[in-house]
Amino acid sequence: MELYELTIHELQDKLRTGETSSAEITASVFGRIDAVEKDVHAYITLMRETALAEATRADEAIRKGEIGALTGIPIALKDICCTKGVRTTCGSRILHNFIPPYDATVVEKLRAAGAVLTGKTNMDEFAMGSSTESSFFGATRNPWDLTRIPGGSSGGSSAALAAGECIASLGSDTGGSIRQPAALCGVVGLKPTYGRVSRFGLIAFASSLDQIGPFTKDVEDCAILMNVIAGYDPRESTSVPEEVPDYRQFLGRGIEGWTVGIPKEYFIDGIDPEVEAAVRETIKVVEKAGAKCIEVSLPHTEYCLAVYYIVAPAEACSNLARYDGVKYGFRSEEGRDLMEMYKKSRASGFGAEVKRRIMIGTYALSSGYYDAYYKKASQVRALIKRDFDEAFAKCDVILTPTTPTPAFRIGEKTGDPMQMYLSDIFTISTNLAGIPGISVPCGFTAAGLPIGVQFLAGHFQEGRLIQFASAYEKEAHLEKRRPRCHGI
Amino acid sequence: MEFEPVIGLEIHAQLLTDTKIFCGCSAKFGAAPNTHTCPVCLGMPGVLPVLNRKVVEFMIKMALATNCAVNRECNFARKNYFYPDLPKGYQISQYALPPAEHGWVDVEFDGRQKRIGITRIHMEEDAGKLMHDEHNPASYVDLNRTGVPLIEIVSEPDIRSAEEAAAYLRRLHEILVYLEICDGNMEEGSFRCDANISLRPRGTEPFGTRAELKNMNSFRNVQRALEYEIKRQQYVLEGGGQVVQETRLWDDTAGVTHSMRGKEEAHDYRYFPDPDLVPIVIDDAWIEEVRKAQPELPLEKRERFMRAYQIPAYDAGVLTTSRALADYYEEVVRLCGEPKIAANWVMGDILRFLNEEKRDIRECPIAPASLAGMIRLIQEGTINGKMAKEVSEAMYKSGKTPQAIIEEKGLVQITDEGALSETIAEIIGKNPAQVEQYRGGKDKVFGFFVGQAMKATQGKANPQMINDLLKKMLAG
Repeated sequence: MELYELTIHELQDKLRTGETSSAEITASVFGRIDAVEKDVHAYITLMRETALAEATRADEAIRKGEIGALTGIPIALKDICCTKGVRTTCGSRILHNFIPPYDATVVEKLRAAGAVLTGKTNMDEFAMGSSTESSFFGATRNPWDLTRIPGGSSGGSSAALAAGECIASLGSDTGGSIRQPAALCGVVGLKPTYGRVSRFGLIAFASSLDQIGPFTKDVEDCAILMNVIAGYDPRESTSVPEEVPDYRQFLGRGIEGWTVGIPKEYFIDGIDPEVEAAVRETIKVVEKAGAKCIEVSLPHTEYCLAVYYIVAPAEACSNLARYDGVKYGFRSEEGRDLMEMYKKSRASGFGAEVKRRIMIGTYALSSGYYDAYYKKASQVRALIKRDFDEAFAKCDVILTPTTPTPAFRIGEKTGDPMQMYLSDIFTISTNLAGIPGISVPCGFTAAGLPIGVQFLAGHFQEGRLIQFASAYEKEAHLEKRRPRCHGI
Repeated sequence: MEFEPVIGLEIHAQLLTDTKIFCGCSAKFGAAPNTHTCPVCLGMPGVLPVLNRKVVEFMIKMALATNCAVNRECNFARKNYFYPDLPKGYQISQYALPPAEHGWVDVEFDGRQKRIGITRIHMEEDAGKLMHDEHNPASYVDLNRTGVPLIEIVSEPDIRSAEEAAAYLRRLHEILVYLEICDGNMEEGSFRCDANISLRPRGTEPFGTRAELKNMNSFRNVQRALEYEIKRQQYVLEGGGQVVQETRLWDDTAGVTHSMRGKEEAHDYRYFPDPDLVPIVIDDAWIEEVRKAQPELPLEKRERFMRAYQIPAYDAGVLTTSRALADYYEEVVRLCGEPKIAANWVMGDILRFLNEEKRDIRECPIAPASLAGMIRLIQEGTINGKMAKEVSEAMYKSGKTPQAIIEEKGLVQITDEGALSETIAEIIGKNPAQVEQYRGGKDKVFGFFVGQAMKATQGKANPQMINDLLKKMLAG
C-alpha cells in the first residue's frame, strides 16, 4: 500500500512509531497528485511549497513529542474556506484573484492541530450545483469513472480524497454538498448540526443552511476531524456554545437495541433500482447488528425542494451582492459609469447557475412577493423541522439513500437545472431542519460506481451518527475497492 | 385655500460606543481614511457580524427617555441595495420587528406645549463615505464610518410647522446628548435629520402626497428647508398642480430644495431577516438595569431646579441646556448656598466668557469652588459687586482662587465706618456748592457725592454704607 492510500489513524500509528514521516506522507500525496490530477482535476490551487514546509515542521514537532490531533496529516480544503495569503475563489471568476487576509476558523483549527494543507479543491461556483461542473475552473471528474461527475458542490474535495490526492478533506454542505459527492465518490461525508462548526471564513452561499464538514476514508477519521473542527466560535453569532464530546469515544460501541426510522417518503419512484437495493441491504445489516427498523413518516418531504429553492437563492442573492467589482475580485473595465461597472462586472463575473439563483432569490424577496414566497417558505421550513422532531421521538437515527442515482455523466444534466436539483432530493431536508447527516459507502453498482447510505440524527447528535455509522461500517464488511484512476 | 403642513422626522443618531456595531474596530470620527476597518466591516467574503451589546443598551436608554415600549424580542434585517459606500451590498438594519415603539416627547414652542409621537426606534449600521475628486474623474471610498452604530428615531406625522419641527429636533438632540449616547454634532453627521412633508387643506383628515427632504445639516437648515418646502408645495397646489412623491435635497447656498432623480430612489430594498444574526432578547432585568443607570433628563432637571432652587423657568432652562452646565451650577449652589445669585453669575459672566471664546463649560478655568467662594465674599461684604466683576474676569484669565486675586489686587472693601465718615466729611467740605444744591432739593446731586466717595476710596467702599453715611451727613 502507498502512504496516500492510508487513513488518518493508520498514518498516525506509523508517525508515532517513526515508521514514516510527514515529509514522506506529503511527498506521497503530491506524487499521487502529479500522477492523477490532470485527469481528475480536483484542485483549483495547490499549496505544495507551504505543505512541504508544514510537513517538515510537523516532523520536528513529532521528534519533540508534540503531536497534535492532525500533526503531519495532508488535508485538502474546499476553495470556499478562506485561507490567509492563499487565493480563495469559491469556484468563481468574480473571485479568481481574491487573496483573503484571514483564515477561516476551521483553517485556524486545522493549522493549530498540525495539519498539512495540500490545497484548495474545486467546487461548483459559490457551491451552487450538484456536479462541480459549474466551476469557472472547469469540471472535476469522478475517480471511479472519469466520464462521470464526482457530485457537488464539494466534488473537488470528494474526488481528491477518492483519488488519493489527500488523506482527508473539508467541504461545505448547504443542501447536500458534502453527502452527495461523498456517496458518489465512495467516501464518508458528514454534515454537522447547524451551529456546530464555525462558519467564520466560509464564503456564504445560504447563511441559514451552510455548514462545514469532513470528507474521510472511514468513520474513525471522521471522528478525528470532527474533534478538531467542531466547537463554539465567538466570531459567529449562530455558533452554538454546546460542549463538544470526544467523538472517538463513540467508535465501536455497537447499536444493539437502537431503533432506526425508515422514512417511507424517501423510497420513491425514480430512485435507481441498484441504489434502492443497496440501501435496502443496509437495513438488513443494521438489523443484524442489533438495531430494530421501523417505518416513520416525514410528511412534508415533498415540499423540501420547493422550500429550499426559495430560501437558499433568497439568502444567496443578498450574500452575493458584495461582489460588485468595487473592492476586490473581478471588475469589468468596460463600464462607463457606476451602474454599468456593476452590471458588466457581475454579468461576466458570475456563471449561469449563480445568475439564475440570484434572479430567483431577488424575485422571491421582492416587495409584493415576499409573503407568498420567502415568508411562506420559512413557515413550511418550520413544519419540515417539526417532522424530524416528531420522527426522532420514535427512533434514534433515520436511514435513507443519500442520492437517488449513482454518479451521472459529465454534461448529462447541465442543460436541465431541475434534473440537477433533484439529485439533492434526499439531502436537502437535513439542512432545512439544521440536523446532522452522514453519508457512508454501502456498495457499488454493477458498473462499479459507489453508492452511499445516509444516516440522520437530532440536533447535536453527531456522536450518535458516528456510533451508528461505525457499527454499520464494521458489520457491512464492504470490499475494499480502488477507484479506476488508480491505474493511471 | 389654507393649507396645513404635515411633517414627520427621521433622525439618525451615531452612538458613542467605543467600537462599531458588528466588529471590534474603533467607531471614532476623524481618523485617516480606511484605517478603522477590518474584514468584517469591509464586508469581505466569509466574514460574519457579532452584535455589540452596548448598542442595544444605548438604544434602550433612548427608548426609555422617549417613553417607548421596549419589545422583548426583535431581530436584524438586511436592507439590500447597491452603492459603493456599502461594501456588503446590504445594510444591516431592523425592519418588521423594531426594538422600541409607541413613544412620545413633549416639546415647547411659542410658549405652548405639544406632544409629538414616536413611531419607532431601531438600530442599524452606518455606511461609508464617498469622496469625489474635484479635479479628476475619480471617486474614493472611506469605509471608516461603515459599521458605526446608529439609532433611527422615526416620529409620527404629528408636526405642523417648521418651527415645531425645529423644537422637536432640539428636544431629541438634548435628550441624546444628556444620555451621553450621541455627541449631537450635526456638521460631522453624528446627528442627521430627514423630513417627510406634505400639505393638506386645513380641517381635512387625509394626508397629501409627501416629499422626503434630505441633506439638512443644521437645525437652522431643517427649519429653512421645511419653510421653503411648505411654500413650494403650496405654490404647486394653488396652481392646480400635484406634489410628486420624491426625495428632494436641500441646497443650503441657494436656499431651495432640488428633486433627486426619481430613478435612483426607485428602490425595492428586499428586506428579510439577517440569517447571520440571532434574535435579540431584551428581558425585564436588562431594561431595569438600564433604567436604574438612567441620568436625570433635561425636563426633569428643569422642573427640579425651579422647585428646589426657586429660580425662574427661564433660568432653569438656560442652566440645563447641558448636563455639564447643570452640574457646574449645582456644585456652585452646593458650595455657596445662594441659588439665585449663583444662577445670575453662571448665566451672566461665566457663559459670556465661554461664549466669547466658544468654549464649553467643561473647559471653564473658573472652578465651581472659586465662583462659590467669590459669591460668599460678596455676601460677607468683603468685596462689592464692582470688585466681583474684576475678580471673576481675573479668575477666568488666571484660574486662580478669588482670595488670591483679592490679595494680589488689594481688593478689599472698606467697611470701616469711621474711615468712611472722614472721607465723606472731606468731600462735603470741598464741595460747598453741591451741598447747597442738594440741600435746596436737588436730589440728583446725590449721585455726584456717591461718585466722589467711590473715587476717593478707589471703588473699595461698601456702597450701601456710603449711601447711608452720605444721607445722614448731608442732612446736616
